[in-house]
Amino acid sequence: MAKFLLKRIASALLVLWIVVSLTFVLMHSIPGGPFSREKQVPPAVLKNLEERYHTNDPLSKQYIDYMVNVAQLDLGPTFRYEGRSVNDLIKAGLPKTATIGFLAAVFALGGGLILGSIAALWQNKTPDAVATFVATIGISVPSFVMATFLQYYLGYKLGLFPPVGWNDGAWRNLVLPSLALGAYPIAQITRLMRASMLDVLSQDYIRTAKSKGLPGYVIIGRHAMRNALLPVITYLGPFFAYILTGNFVVEYVFGIPGIGQFFVTSITNRDYSTIMGMTLLFCSLLVVFNLLVDIAYTFVDPRIKLTDQKGA
Amino acid sequence: MKLAQDLFEPAISQISAEHINRPSTTMLQDAWRRFKLNKLAMTGLITLVALIIFAFAGPAFIDYNFKTNDLMNTYLTPSWIHPFGTDALGRDTMARIMYGGRVSLAIGFVSVLINLSIGVFYGGISGYFGGRVDNIMMRIVDIIYSVPDLLYVILLMVVIGGKGGLLIIMIVLGIVNWMGMARIVRGQILALREQEYVLAARTLGASTARLMLKHLIPNALGPIIITAALAIPMAIFMEAFLSFIGIGIQPPFASWGSLAAEGRLNIPSYPYALFFPAAAIAITMLAFNFVADGLRDAFDPKMRK
Repeated sequence: MAKFLLKRIASALLVLWIVVSLTFVLMHSIPGGPFSREKQVPPAVLKNLEERYHTNDPLSKQYIDYMVNVAQLDLGPTFRYEGRSVNDLIKAGLPKTATIGFLAAVFALGGGLILGSIAALWQNKTPDAVATFVATIGISVPSFVMATFLQYYLGYKLGLFPPVGWNDGAWRNLVLPSLALGAYPIAQITRLMRASMLDVLSQDYIRTAKSKGLPGYVIIGRHAMRNALLPVITYLGPFFAYILTGNFVVEYVFGIPGIGQFFVTSITNRDYSTIMGMTLLFCSLLVVFNLLVDIAYTFVDPRIKLTDQKGA
Repeated sequence: MKLAQDLFEPAISQISAEHINRPSTTMLQDAWRRFKLNKLAMTGLITLVALIIFAFAGPAFIDYNFKTNDLMNTYLTPSWIHPFGTDALGRDTMARIMYGGRVSLAIGFVSVLINLSIGVFYGGISGYFGGRVDNIMMRIVDIIYSVPDLLYVILLMVVIGGKGGLLIIMIVLGIVNWMGMARIVRGQILALREQEYVLAARTLGASTARLMLKHLIPNALGPIIITAALAIPMAIFMEAFLSFIGIGIQPPFASWGSLAAEGRLNIPSYPYALFFPAAAIAITMLAFNFVADGLRDAFDPKMRK
């Protein structure tokens, strides 16, 4: 276990280093520097700007400087927000993003597991049709369209929840973004759970449990659902990646100043240091989470051994 | 009793035992036969064909052009003259959806073609040679795979996209999505190369290229086609996202994604502009999913429950 962890952490660091280097190269191969705008900046000002942000240093020096800073968890200044560093942006935005991501994850996981199980237990009956319908809608509508429809109908037309804004994280403001963010994963989890429940319910040990005369909730809760969870856990990695990147859209549509929104605006502003910093942040979060998922496997299914990585 | 010699005749079958009565079917014919029986999958396929005809042949049957402005008739609600209404500049929405459909479908198919070529080539080499080559090649894929593809797409679009040309979007979507395909092809080839018929072909002196092209890849075709069928709508989705954050197709050109992103902006006053492109994307997505599910059943009848 310890050996496996060390190996994984080493490979995670390697991944992050490659990502940083790659983004660095990509960002510096863009024609036109970070200070080229529609209105020409006077040469003297440009020179001062370059001086201040060290963009006139040789590339190798910039690369080493950036790497040293990143190693100290300093992502540097932003090019567009005067006097704020990328770290400041992350500090301001991450809690909001995490709140919505967490709520969406709870909604998607809880809802998906329940919907999927219900669909499997009442296969080909009305509940199944309802669950399949929800899953179909969630998968086939792009997230920004889903977010806009929720915002328009539930927020604007019916006035149930505020259609936009953060408002210091009041719960009413959190409902619509979380629903919008959870719409796609809840559909995926429902489909996975339904298929895996159907598979489990036809197993011999379920028949044994039934013939022992166990009550229904024990059969379903202890024997069926627990075994049906495994394929869902394999989905957790992509699920988390989706929650992270899906936040770009949701925060933008609902006007929540989280890191997703900063990322999208930094793209349209060509704010390179913020793009690089955010990319690095997203990748680190993802790498850490994937590691956690791998460890979680071993607890759920003791048959899986982490040390044996051959041919994986 | 005496039996006359001429009562007997040698029992020689007129048909040789080697004779095959029915014409042999290839794997694809076999899969198609099963696919045809799947109602949902056929519905999906027919919908797709209808969408393609709508997008590519449709403009010939309507009087409007996707970029002609008509400022006297902006924001019309759907009617017989403009079945899907008109937009902010009085352009016929149906004409724009047809045009956007060409762009979206083209992005889907071409980017998946790129993804397929890279994935099959990379995965094929990795699976065929196995051992250390395979190990190194797959570790590289693991590393690339651990970063969400959306991030690559955005970074690449920021770097080379600039104005967001159609070709660039196709290429970018193609080159970031090949890892899944490479993994699947590699897994297939790895299993197939141990089969007896490959050994037989090798014993007969078949070259590597021949083994690959005639024996290994054709037998891995099922999973490849299924993966491709699911990758096409994902590419359309991703282009819609790019249009949404403003680095996709630029006006006056349109894709379903850019039309939806445009329509989103004034939804309170005119919801039709979002509804129609969103419906087009959703229908395409569903149709491809049905087809892919049908293909899975058709190529692998053992999987069927």
